[in-house]
Amino acid sequence: MAKRIGIEVSLAIADAAKLADVDVVAAYPITPQTHIVEHLAELVANGELDAQYIPVESEHSAMSACLGASAVGARTFTATAGQGLELMHEVLYVASSMRLPVVMTVVNRALSAPLSVWGDHSDVMAVRDTGWIQIFVENGQEAIDNVLCAFRIAEDEKVLLPVMVHLDGFHLSHMIEPIYMPEQSEVDQFIPPYKYPLPLNPDKPVTMGAFAPPIIYSETKMAQEINLRASKKVILQCWSEFGSRFKRHYSPVESYHSEDAKVLLLTMGSFSETAMTTIDRMRKEGREVGLIKLRLWRPFPFKEIRQAVKDAEVLIVLDRALSFGGPGGPVCSEIKAALYNEDKKPKVVSFVGGLGGRDITADGFEEIINRGIEISQTGSEQEFEMFGVRE
Amino acid sequence: MEKYAIYVPRLVTKKEIFAPGHRACIGCGEALAVRLVCKALGQNVIMVNATGCIEIISSQLPYTSWRVPWIHTLFENTAAVASGIEAGLKVMTKKGRRSPQDVKVVAMAGDGGTSDIGLQALSGAFERGHNFLYICFDNEAYMNTGIQRSSATPYGASTTTSPAGKISIGQVTWKKNMPAIAAAHDIPYVATACPSYPFDLMAKVAKGVATRGPAYIHILSVCPTGWRSAPDLTVRLGRLAVETGVFPLYEVEKGKYKLSFAPSQLRPVQDYLKLQGRFRHLDKDNIRIIQERVREEYSRLLEKAA
Repeated sequence: MAKRIGIEVSLAIADAAKLADVDVVAAYPITPQTHIVEHLAELVANGELDAQYIPVESEHSAMSACLGASAVGARTFTATAGQGLELMHEVLYVASSMRLPVVMTVVNRALSAPLSVWGDHSDVMAVRDTGWIQIFVENGQEAIDNVLCAFRIAEDEKVLLPVMVHLDGFHLSHMIEPIYMPEQSEVDQFIPPYKYPLPLNPDKPVTMGAFAPPIIYSETKMAQEINLRASKKVILQCWSEFGSRFKRHYSPVESYHSEDAKVLLLTMGSFSETAMTTIDRMRKEGREVGLIKLRLWRPFPFKEIRQAVKDAEVLIVLDRALSFGGPGGPVCSEIKAALYNEDKKPKVVSFVGGLGGRDITADGFEEIINRGIEISQTGSEQEFEMFGVRE
Repeated sequence: MEKYAIYVPRLVTKKEIFAPGHRACIGCGEALAVRLVCKALGQNVIMVNATGCIEIISSQLPYTSWRVPWIHTLFENTAAVASGIEAGLKVMTKKGRRSPQDVKVVAMAGDGGTSDIGLQALSGAFERGHNFLYICFDNEAYMNTGIQRSSATPYGASTTTSPAGKISIGQVTWKKNMPAIAAAHDIPYVATACPSYPFDLMAKVAKGVATRGPAYIHILSVCPTGWRSAPDLTVRLGRLAVETGVFPLYEVEKGKYKLSFAPSQLRPVQDYLKLQGRFRHLDKDNIRIIQERVREEYSRLLEKAA
């Protein structure tokens, strides 16, 4: 039976990778990801994890080494944040396009300039279209559960796609939380041994990464798109089996007191926990408010989102990233796109906040909700409103 | 050397691991080098290829010239991908997840992929000591994209981004000494080679791949398209590069330099330069400057090898 222990979330993530018996870790240190890779190095150094740890000279090489390791059939893990994720950018597309099931935790961090080591979702939004499966978590338990699920999803023969598990830098990565760590035997039963179908092997030579002229490129990309969308079925099956084994349940879109709510707030990541406190408080005061938490970022859960918000009058979306000169927060513009052709849909209001580690308190969320309701009635000339910015 | 008329194809394996039917230009020295490299390596190998001429001529979906496992991902990360492959094979062998057969990992890239954009990843892989052979096929410019200068382009060469013009002689910087950079990492084996000397090249590849730890081989690959030379002069130009001292053949084993071929007297660089359109614009003074530099570098190499 799993024990509940108090542990820093970053360390628990490294322990989860160990439980998954990863073969190769290639990583480059960057705040706030460091505790994950330090602990993995320690586990390898102590002989507790039988893996090759490649201390590469950059994140570009970290992801590149992961490509190589994954291509010979090794279970491969890495972690990064912010600038590191951006330096990996072009390599991320190769991982998904070449069907290499690397698992990576991204400890979400703001982007320079000015330099900020603190959390927001700017790094995630810049890699939105890289073809990775992307899952957001809001607490430590969710983080380790989804790291375990990530291996199983990525390596499923019907999927063979890389998976990112996103957690907020500092706000989540550096917290000490009570976490149920599963037993090794439970994990062994849940994650089957990894067998890559066509690894690089002299006994059966394959050519990987050939170039595609115009006559075939579109077909390869369409195949990739179909594959990523189809992965949703496997993701749902994985979460469902995880739920029956471990009694913790996950779904692409999660609702909190949203059933009869006229006003809904939508968040991603650890800020959802604070938002829940606000919803509880406002409910007690008799306000008809609820919360929607977006867990599965790619493939985007269109059906679930439409279903979750269809009866609301107002939907307030909080983004922790800016799309400069664009239609507001990137999550909000995707939500709007998903709802545009629906007959019955709420008014959607866009807020951006929590940039570069700026906190949003329970009072802050109440302010956002009240102001969101006001904007939904009066309208606004702005595409979005920045919360808590000093002028 | 010309006295020894040895017919190479009779003396090396007939097996073509780099399959014919690829798309290299006529007279491509690099394709010739790759063919010889593959013969020397045999089939118990995994090849990692950077973006560049060889990648483009040998792989086009759904065709391939590779009869060994081969992977191409990006331009600058070849040594890092090779690191991952080596580490993956190592741990899976240890965990009993694959047969214990000793598979060689060989990375290859052009001069741009090595001495410019791929240098950081290569330096990292050397420093970490991965067991792999890295081969740079140096045709002295970005030939695949249309003859743009790289840090390996020689002084005075006209390229599309270092064109000779009314006030320029073309490339105004000296060729980056990539083998010396590799040797400065204190890796166990570094060598230079040229397909005009096929046995020397194949012996070095065999030695490099048998080395425990990182090995580096820098192969001069004559490029008729980019050098503006006649395609039937490829082998001759490679020899002239060596005989003039422009591209000396040597090995650095555990830090010790050893010349592979020491002509009793160097031929004048003019013999090498005059056959190439990329140097056509150079006047006597320019050629004198090049000659002096070649002599100076060659004597420094002799000192190291003494």
